[in-house]
Amino acid sequence: MDLNTVTEVLRPRARAELGGFDAGDAFLAGGTFLFSEPQPAVRRLIDLTDLDWAPLLAGEAGLTISATCTIAQLHAFEPPSGWSAAPLIPQCCRAFLASFKIWNMATVGGNICLALPAGPMISLCAALDGTCLVWSPDGQERRVKVADFVHGPRENALEAGEILRAIELPVEALMRRVAFRRCSLTSHGRSGVLVIGTLARDGGFALTVTASTRRPVRLDFSALPDRAALAERLARAIPDALYYDDIHGRPDWRRHMTGLFAQEICAELAEGAA
Amino acid sequence: MNLTVNGHVQEIAPRPGQCLRTLLRELGWFGVKKGCDAGDCGACTVHLDGRPVHSCLVPAHRAEGRAVTTIEGLAATAEGDGLHPMQQAFLDAQGFQCGFCTAGMVMTAASLDQGQKAELPVALKGNLCRCTGYRAIADAIAGVRDAEPSVAAAGGNLPAPAGPAILTGTARYTMDVAPEGELAGLLHMKLLRSPHPHARILRIDASAALALPGVVAVLTHEDAPARHFSSARHHHYMDDVDDTRVLDDVLRHVGQRVAAVLATSEAAAEAGRDALVVEYEVLPAVFDPEQAMAPGAPLVHGGKNADSRIADKARNIVAELHGEVGDIAAGFEAAEIIHEATYVSQRVQHAHLETHGCIGWRAADGRLTLRTSSQTPFLTRDALCTLYDLPREQVRVFTERVGGGFGGKQEMLVEDIVALAVLRTGRPVKLEYTRPEQFAASTSRHPMRVSVKLGATRDGRLTAISMRMLSNTGAYGNHAAGVLFHGAGECIALYRCPNKRVDGHAVYTHTLPSGAFRGYGLSQTNFAVESALDELAGKLGLDPFTLRRLNVVTPGDAMVSWSQTHHDVEIGSYGLGQCLDAVEEALSRPSPERLSDDWLIGRGMAAAMIDTIPPRGHVAQTRLRLTTEGRYELLTGTAEFGNGTTTVHVQIAATLLGASAGQIAVRQSDTEHVAHDTGAYGSTGTVVAGEATRKAAEALAATIRQAAAAKLGVAAEHCRIEGGDVIAGARRVTLTDLAPLEAIGDAAGTPRSVAFNVQAFEVAVHRRTGEIRILRSLHGADAGTVINPMQCRGQVEGGVAQAIGAALYEKLVIDEDGAVANPSFRGYHIPAFADVPRTEVFFARTHDSIGPLGAKSMSESPYNPVAAALANAIFDATGVRLRETPFTADVLYKLLPDQKDAE
Repeated sequence: MDLNTVTEVLRPRARAELGGFDAGDAFLAGGTFLFSEPQPAVRRLIDLTDLDWAPLLAGEAGLTISATCTIAQLHAFEPPSGWSAAPLIPQCCRAFLASFKIWNMATVGGNICLALPAGPMISLCAALDGTCLVWSPDGQERRVKVADFVHGPRENALEAGEILRAIELPVEALMRRVAFRRCSLTSHGRSGVLVIGTLARDGGFALTVTASTRRPVRLDFSALPDRAALAERLARAIPDALYYDDIHGRPDWRRHMTGLFAQEICAELAEGAA
Repeated sequence: MNLTVNGHVQEIAPRPGQCLRTLLRELGWFGVKKGCDAGDCGACTVHLDGRPVHSCLVPAHRAEGRAVTTIEGLAATAEGDGLHPMQQAFLDAQGFQCGFCTAGMVMTAASLDQGQKAELPVALKGNLCRCTGYRAIADAIAGVRDAEPSVAAAGGNLPAPAGPAILTGTARYTMDVAPEGELAGLLHMKLLRSPHPHARILRIDASAALALPGVVAVLTHEDAPARHFSSARHHHYMDDVDDTRVLDDVLRHVGQRVAAVLATSEAAAEAGRDALVVEYEVLPAVFDPEQAMAPGAPLVHGGKNADSRIADKARNIVAELHGEVGDIAAGFEAAEIIHEATYVSQRVQHAHLETHGCIGWRAADGRLTLRTSSQTPFLTRDALCTLYDLPREQVRVFTERVGGGFGGKQEMLVEDIVALAVLRTGRPVKLEYTRPEQFAASTSRHPMRVSVKLGATRDGRLTAISMRMLSNTGAYGNHAAGVLFHGAGECIALYRCPNKRVDGHAVYTHTLPSGAFRGYGLSQTNFAVESALDELAGKLGLDPFTLRRLNVVTPGDAMVSWSQTHHDVEIGSYGLGQCLDAVEEALSRPSPERLSDDWLIGRGMAAAMIDTIPPRGHVAQTRLRLTTEGRYELLTGTAEFGNGTTTVHVQIAATLLGASAGQIAVRQSDTEHVAHDTGAYGSTGTVVAGEATRKAAEALAATIRQAAAAKLGVAAEHCRIEGGDVIAGARRVTLTDLAPLEAIGDAAGTPRSVAFNVQAFEVAVHRRTGEIRILRSLHGADAGTVINPMQCRGQVEGGVAQAIGAALYEKLVIDEDGAVANPSFRGYHIPAFADVPRTEVFFARTHDSIGPLGAKSMSESPYNPVAAALANAIFDATGVRLRETPFTADVLYKLLPDQKDAE
């Protein structure tokens, strides 16, 4: 929709041109959220696309995803052999409520910064132990784990004027075996529960709960837990109040489905390990 | 900046913050539609450098130097002349009804690769269609051909005349017009809406708003007529209570109009709206209809006069109904089995893809002229005349193609205030609802709590039926009485039973007003009665089909609900038995799906009856002219909003005039055209307006034969019209030699017949997650003579799909402050492609003695039995009885046997 309060669009081509950040400024990446709701407080858009960041860099250390990488670009990524966690990429792309048309515009960074419980790029990057590279307005940069970057619905770790530059996924996480579960109250609808398990070669297991909780919850285990230990850990780590309550699912159902999926994921990964 | 649109290099300076959709429309590419303006519905889909995008989300400045293709330019991207293959495919399968979503749907479908076409539920998740139920869209993409362009007579699948215009983006809807000519100097209206559920306006300070550049005027309650009216439109205006003002100093729901700002641009109007300073006295509010009737509750319309026709303003009761036939106490006394329960239907929105909107101006001759999205242009004209003391000749109301209605446009929600603004400023004025306004500040279905008590003998014969209805009409009483009385009718009259009683209340609360909605009360009561019958069948150990057959009315039976008062409804044809038989037979076939033991499988059904026409008068007129070119011009008052009646009018006229479809041009829904038309509601497009066309066509055929007889020197009964000629034996005369001739047909909407629907589902419920899957959907429909099977099937499929939405997904949530909490398609899920099963449709073979060419209505009624059929199937699968819609996994999972055992 038209953002009628906007009076200026800046199109910086380099970090040096980013300039100061004022009240009423908004960074524009894909625009698929910004243009989807009235933004009465926004006066100036700072369009990040002309910064021309390379969308994806795969190397020995892992995968660096620029914040402005579109979902379509990520979905088309061809992983090197051995990255056994790579199937999570299309699975999480398909977890978007939005269609493939939106993938042509929406960005990975935008989805993470929006910090909605159902943000599937949060699920992906938190499960793969991702780190956010954040540019500060003073020219510095800092790093924060994706799981800690998202604080709650529409709340993230960015200070005013900070930009999410990229997400770094370590190769160790990308070489894990993975299991994915998701459900929604409607077919292909907004995720109500999205749980990902990853299993390292040394037996280390991580369970990442998103969509059902207000913020991502990542649980690390030294080995696959048994049913009782898993249930106990979930109950301890996720108090009832942390389960999200909105039109896309009642919190008790989200808790139930999270437990169900967590057990299924453990069983699936245990089967492959045997 | 420069961009290329459909091969044309265009230069335009986008506004900062502008999206591509509005830029393209400003350039005149009106094929690009606004459905939601939020990226959810896909109606604005265009190709940007060959890739499909939602143009409402694309910042316009990013289109610089790029190539845009809209529906208007799609054909040129394909090889050869003519349409793009996907456009042709949508014509061949008639993959549209109102056509408002179609441009976006086709632009998306045209971009799909083979893999995506094999997975349409995923590929089309970004395209919402409210009319079709998606089957015809799937068929279009699969290359199925249903349309028979050469078959004009009744019974054939003549394609909709508007099809080519819809598929090329040239069909014009309400907002598809440039601000030129009479519309030069167009003002945009934005409405400030109430933040409080109940408040009195103490002061409105418009000075800051008026000081802003572009703001021309601010209208408040001080500018509005003192007169009260109802936004509901009915044949008799007295059917509704007069409780509404154009702008009121008392606000009765969050979202009610506070003031209107008129400005030279939408941006300026928004800025003006946001600059208004309003002082409110907040008053106590009540949201629950039970509490609203209790002593001491805040009164919603306590200060109204007696002539408002409110039943009991001191108890917030806008209308009530009490009636008994036979002896209800004796009926329950005689019962051997009794079932009683309460069933709750939620608030749902019509969600037509074209929001409410209107453009008004003073025509060159001074007449107030409104171009609007309405099902009732004539009644809206009459209401405006009353409201502003104008003679009928001084007001013209017309519609272009209407982008869906479902009852939501049987209201005057925008025309009243646009008219006021035109009268005040003398300038053309446009008001277009946003999607959030559509959800949070228009109307909805009446939320209803319905208690049903059934008594029966052990062999399954009903001895008593009683029903109590509590309907929440919200802050205004539009349609409150009509929906209450209609809801009390056919769902009970369907059953033979000597003792019946209905008590009903329609109650004011400080919430969004309810209004007319497909089914008009019957979807809520049908859910209750047909669920209760299923529960009774269980207690009796009877099959649900058997219980229906034992008790339904058959020809010769009186159709009685709560009153013996003489009425004009008769069984003009009876296909209920055929519907029951066909659906039962299909349901008894083995399930096509093989699912794991995790899934519980069940089957359920429900029946429905509906009067083919609303009671107490519904008129239509058709003027049919033979032109000097040997063609026919058919003028009808009824509106086309995807219901397909334009096609039906052509077919009726073609059948009676021996004409080809190409000879007949229909012009419709303009107060200029005919004397009067009650409107396209109550399923009357075929049975009333079509009847007027039948009469006009018969009269014109007789006139033509007489004129030919005189020319040829033969008796009129020997003359036969064939295409462009009249033939009598070896002699012939062309129509052009007889023209011009004209005939008028009038229909009065009485007597009335009944139509029947039977719906069945097979469902699977996951025993641990509560997920509900529809495995099969079966629907038997008795529409009498089916004038256009392709279209009528589409009406059934669309009705079933919309009702699946209400049964499984949709709910307008009112928050603790009385506001709608989910005013967007992201928060209010209407069925997408993935959510709708293919419905197998069976048509009964009947010929109605009342309707035109034997036809009956079939537009609202397929909606009505769906919720109960689903509830009954879910019970059959799981043993869990759900009595409140929507049925969702997050409620169902914990009631399932597995989960109960686990806890």
